Amino acid sequence: MEDDKDYKISRRSLLGVAATAAVVLVQTSVGKVVQAAVPQPLIIPPDPTKITGAGPSLSGQVSTFEKSARLTSATASRTPLQDLYGTITPSALHFERHHGGIPIIDPQKYELLIHGMVDRPLVFSLADLKRFPSVTRTCFIECSGNFRNGREEMTPQEICGLTSSSEWTGVMLSTIFREVGIKPKASWFLAEGGDAAVMTRSIPVSKGWDDAMIVYAQNGEAIRPEQGYPARLLLPGWEGNTCIKWIRRIEVSDAPFMTREETSKYTETVKGMVRQFSFVMDARSIITFPAYPVRLERGWIEIRGIAWSGRGKIMKVEISVDNGRSWSQADLQGPVLDKAHTGFRYLWEWKGNETGIMSRAVDETGYVQPLYEDLCKARGSKGGYHFNPVTQWRVAKSGEVLLGNT
Amino acid sequence: MFKSVKINIYFIYGLAFLIGGGLLYGVGLLLEKDKVQPARFGFGRAARPEEITAWDIDVMPDGRGLPAGTGRIKTGLLIYQSKCTSCHGHGDKASLELPGGPLFLDHPTEKTKTIGTYWPYATTIFDYVRRAMPYNAPGSLSNQEVYDLTAFLLFANKVIPENAVINQQSLPKIVMPAKKRYVTDNRRGGNEIR
Ligand code: HEC
Repeated sequence: MEDDKDYKISRRSLLGVAATAAVVLVQTSVGKVVQAAVPQPLIIPPDPTKITGAGPSLSGQVSTFEKSARLTSATASRTPLQDLYGTITPSALHFERHHGGIPIIDPQKYELLIHGMVDRPLVFSLADLKRFPSVTRTCFIECSGNFRNGREEMTPQEICGLTSSSEWTGVMLSTIFREVGIKPKASWFLAEGGDAAVMTRSIPVSKGWDDAMIVYAQNGEAIRPEQGYPARLLLPGWEGNTCIKWIRRIEVSDAPFMTREETSKYTETVKGMVRQFSFVMDARSIITFPAYPVRLERGWIEIRGIAWSGRGKIMKVEISVDNGRSWSQADLQGPVLDKAHTGFRYLWEWKGNETGIMSRAVDETGYVQPLYEDLCKARGSKGGYHFNPVTQWRVAKSGEVLLGNT
Repeated sequence: MFKSVKINIYFIYGLAFLIGGGLLYGVGLLLEKDKVQPARFGFGRAARPEEITAWDIDVMPDGRGLPAGTGRIKTGLLIYQSKCTSCHGHGDKASLELPGGPLFLDHPTEKTKTIGTYWPYATTIFDYVRRAMPYNAPGSLSNQEVYDLTAFLLFANKVIPENAVINQQSLPKIVMPAKKRYVTDNRRGGNEIR
């Protein structure tokens, strides 16, 4: 019956068919979501070549067959690293962490104030920011609290889904620094957000001159609301919390402000001491395939994953398929970019034996991503901020893949 | 005749070379000048003093940004009970499970990170509570309420005695118990684990 109806529709005029088909599709997906939270397309034509498809639309959606989603908690959501291809995180899947929810900011009313130890305290509208020379760069943003373990059944998303990589566009902060005129004695600046947390972090002025940006675009479109719409600070390679979203104020000063976010939070205990202003994200990597909950089949397997370093480029990624006894170099997917997610792959023939597989990143400073035990020893703790150990996947004879370092 | 023509040609070649080179150099300079950014673009507008004052709410460890006022521990306790206990508890173990977590504990352990055991500066309490709390009504507290809460939280964390006076002068002078544990990041890349 369904088929008959569809066939009849397809004999109408082309325009009519396209419009009807689109409506059916929308009704289907919305209706299904309402009926039961099992997102599945209702009408799958037995032969798509025998029915005219939907017409163009104002804004495209991912296929209804794709189920990739962030994993949410009350204050954060995680990127499904195991589902992604290449190194750009789709904007809709970029991880989130906010401390007072997502503010609604009218771009027409948005203003960025810069004051303090400057020659000319200035206010910029969004249009002003866009008039400055623009720069586009690809880099990752990672939350420094990006480490979870404790269970064998954990996906890459659950272990370290608080990292995402985007192509950002905006104005160099150095351009704005020149515009306001930074006083020679200035050494720190406060970056403040326009959210309910009025989020603040102190940043050394030197990072502002180096490669900091005020960005208003992400992956070719305006920044997503949860990523700081209409503008955020971007500090390439530095912990996500410092990249203040919804940035509304910069105060230039001669000392750090010691905000709650750089004292009570985003500091880590190292052998009883509290390490502060640990801005840079050290090198890290994770195998995203094969990973839990994948079940392996014997034969050739392309081990895949991503590596990144806040200190520059990834020099190499080494893979062990024998639980750390020997390591071999993986292929890196070029171009390898500074402070950006870098794809790696390694061909492995699994013969059905029980083993452990892992990856370790080496960056251009010669830093080698540490093993879990070594990092625990160096820190005197089993977790905390800036915890970037090698992730070990245990492969069982059955082909089951489980998190090893728990 | 032949000789002089030859010289002339060389002369012309030379002249052309010089003029061409000069032109190239000039064009190069022009292009170079195009690449250089102006010292200033002149975008944006001057910030008005009153709008700076309205947004400049931060308080620094040396007291810069602190308004005048005095915190009263007893009033602070009352405000805390009506506006904060629901999410932060009152020093008991149950507060560990609340959305805001405990701000002070009757029996702190090495792992619990409360104001008394982990915060390096007292001014941060004033700054943070004024800007972000209570979570369900951020920025709703008066300076007086924030002073009272700051005094109460310092007392509840056993940082100050009952008779301590908390004001613009004394708050920055408080030495927090955790201050001595703070060290600046010493990671530098390279082959070492820190
Ligand atoms: C509706 C729940 C709620 C209420 C009410 C509330 N808070 Fe909070 N508070 C939170 C949450 C949630 C956080 C953590 C916010 C974040 O994610 O950054 C927090 C964080 C804090 C912190 C920082 C704690 C730390 O260890 O870093 C302080 C201090 C604080 N609140 C003080 C107060 C005070 C004082 C009041 C009363 C005026 C109050 N809060 C009322 C939910 C609440």
